[in-house]
Amino acid sequence: MSTSTDETAKSAADPAGISGAAIRAGDRSFLGLSRGAGILVLAVMAAIAAFLVWKAIPSLQVDSANFLTEQSWLPDQTPSVFGIAVLAFGTFVTAVIAMLIAVPIGFGIALFIAYYARPKFGKALGFIVDLLAAVPSIIFGLWGLYNFMPAVTSFAEWLTEYLGWIPIFANDKQLWTKSLLMAGLVLAIMVLPTVSAISREVFLQVPRMHIEASLALGATRWEMIKMAVFPFSRPGMISAAMLGLGRALGETIAVALILSAVFEVNTHITEPGGNSFAANIALKWGEAGEVGRSALIASGLVLFLITLAVNMIARWIIARRKEFSGAN
Amino acid sequence: MSVVETQKAGLEGQLSGRRLPRWSTPALAGGALIVGLIVQLTGWTVVGLAPGVIAAVVFLLGQAIASLAIEGRRHSKDRIATTLIYATFVVALTPLLWILITVLVKGLSVFDWTFFTSTMRNVSPRQPGGGILHAFLGTLEQVGIATLVSVPIGLLAAIYLVEFGKGRLKFWISFFVDVMTGVPSIVAGLFIYTALILTGVLQQSGFAAALALCILMIPVVIRSSEEMLKIVPNDLREAALALGVPKWKVILRIVVPTAISGLITGAMLAVARVAGETAPLLLTTFLAQDINLNAFNGSQTSLPTFIWDQISRGTSSSVNRAWGAALALILFVLIIYAAARILAARFAPKSR
Repeated sequence: MSTSTDETAKSAADPAGISGAAIRAGDRSFLGLSRGAGILVLAVMAAIAAFLVWKAIPSLQVDSANFLTEQSWLPDQTPSVFGIAVLAFGTFVTAVIAMLIAVPIGFGIALFIAYYARPKFGKALGFIVDLLAAVPSIIFGLWGLYNFMPAVTSFAEWLTEYLGWIPIFANDKQLWTKSLLMAGLVLAIMVLPTVSAISREVFLQVPRMHIEASLALGATRWEMIKMAVFPFSRPGMISAAMLGLGRALGETIAVALILSAVFEVNTHITEPGGNSFAANIALKWGEAGEVGRSALIASGLVLFLITLAVNMIARWIIARRKEFSGAN
Repeated sequence: MSVVETQKAGLEGQLSGRRLPRWSTPALAGGALIVGLIVQLTGWTVVGLAPGVIAAVVFLLGQAIASLAIEGRRHSKDRIATTLIYATFVVALTPLLWILITVLVKGLSVFDWTFFTSTMRNVSPRQPGGGILHAFLGTLEQVGIATLVSVPIGLLAAIYLVEFGKGRLKFWISFFVDVMTGVPSIVAGLFIYTALILTGVLQQSGFAAALALCILMIPVVIRSSEEMLKIVPNDLREAALALGVPKWKVILRIVVPTAISGLITGAMLAVARVAGETAPLLLTTFLAQDINLNAFNGSQTSLPTFIWDQISRGTSSSVNRAWGAALALILFVLIIYAAARILAARFAPKSR
């Protein structure tokens, strides 16, 4: 008892004892734990790529067609025939439609919240738009299939009637539902909160001084936005759009419910047909055999790499922006 | 005095050019509405446009032309921009209200006591009735496991980023946390399937589904926890360190308790985010029609996969059940949101 008291007293007197071994052991194990959790993130990202590649190889070896250009998906047949052309086309078209609609509207909402609405009202609006992001995608799919699609069919018919001379709007099947256009429109609604939430954050970071200087020089509100807000927030706006694109590319359930099962590259976007990477996986998973699942994993790998690239570019733009921003 | 007045009038004239009177906007809107009504009643239309669209175009063009004539080009552009920006806001609110009202109306029509207290056991797709109890319990269990795994990992990683991390490792972890938030949910399911189910570590089960949700949840928890830990004032850390408290104790006793309300809110928002995920669950579990509380063995249904199952059966009574489950799912997510706010308020550090 007395010796231990002596020892503590001694170690307290000893300058080296201030950061004694006991204290450092606790710190070290805690640092180890938390660093381990951080490294886990890197490990998981690497593992996703590694396992998808590993399990995709068996199907790629037996694929008798060109994986990139083949337009059918019959992996469980002998010989196995499948390719991602239809999936890549459908994913690309739906994402482009979603982006064309969601990006300008998303920026508009963000501008409205940041510069047009009163601050309190704007905050409430921001909350409401975020609520849209909280609606699960299965509910977008359910609503899209039974409510949105019937209501918007007349718009698709209008496109064919008045703009049908543009090849993509032509409609030879005389059917306007379950099309890439419909999927793209629903995706646009789903991506909207992502685009508007991030661009709103960016708009709110524009230095007050730039805005007031511009208004003081007699600029109208729109001129202020064009000359003070947009130049400052351009990188943020680009990455907001790209993060929205990432979400549109990877969306599964809503697209799976809306698109029909017709597996073809169809450039008439108002006709039923087409498919996307994610939707195809969800739809074909249950019935797929061993090679079929491996083929779906291969298509999932392509999707993963595409979204990875899109997200990395978006984050890279934001990260670079943070470093050089004069506002911070 | 008269000199001053003329000066003032002159100044006014110089500083602000001629503007449209305040009543011009409501007047133009009224005019546009009347045009829309005429289109509606007579059935006459331009290139098949709907009356509402024509009214909107008339308003936009009318205002632009009036403004161009009286105020000049710059103000005309400004008015066009203002109108369009207001319009985007209306366009965004429409689908939200449309979805919420549809789900509420259609969901409420199937809500009754048996819907919450019974399962789909011995209920054929064509039959009305049946319930979501098994799916609700499945969701609770899967999301619960996902939370138990994700929150400690996410919190520790956030602590590393805020309290310890420096240099390249911190940059790359932080970067890939952001990238990981963008991993498509179906890819998370594929990963668990390839890494754990194909390799024989796990069966397709509720637990595998929960792990797939973890992949989606961990980056969200890290990001929100990181934001919260950053807010904790450095003075608190420095005061404790100056008193000789070891760093790990400073973190556990000072930093985390100070930020606890925000940490809880962040975790619950992450829960709300993954509670509605469907795609990863389709790859990692089989659907069940009855209660299965064992997450490690056998098939387990959750609310999102229940909705998917009922839609794919396609009968009117199964689609009705899908709407009911959709309302239950939205309510579940909203309750978590609300609870997060209340807990945040209760656990907030008392300030004087």
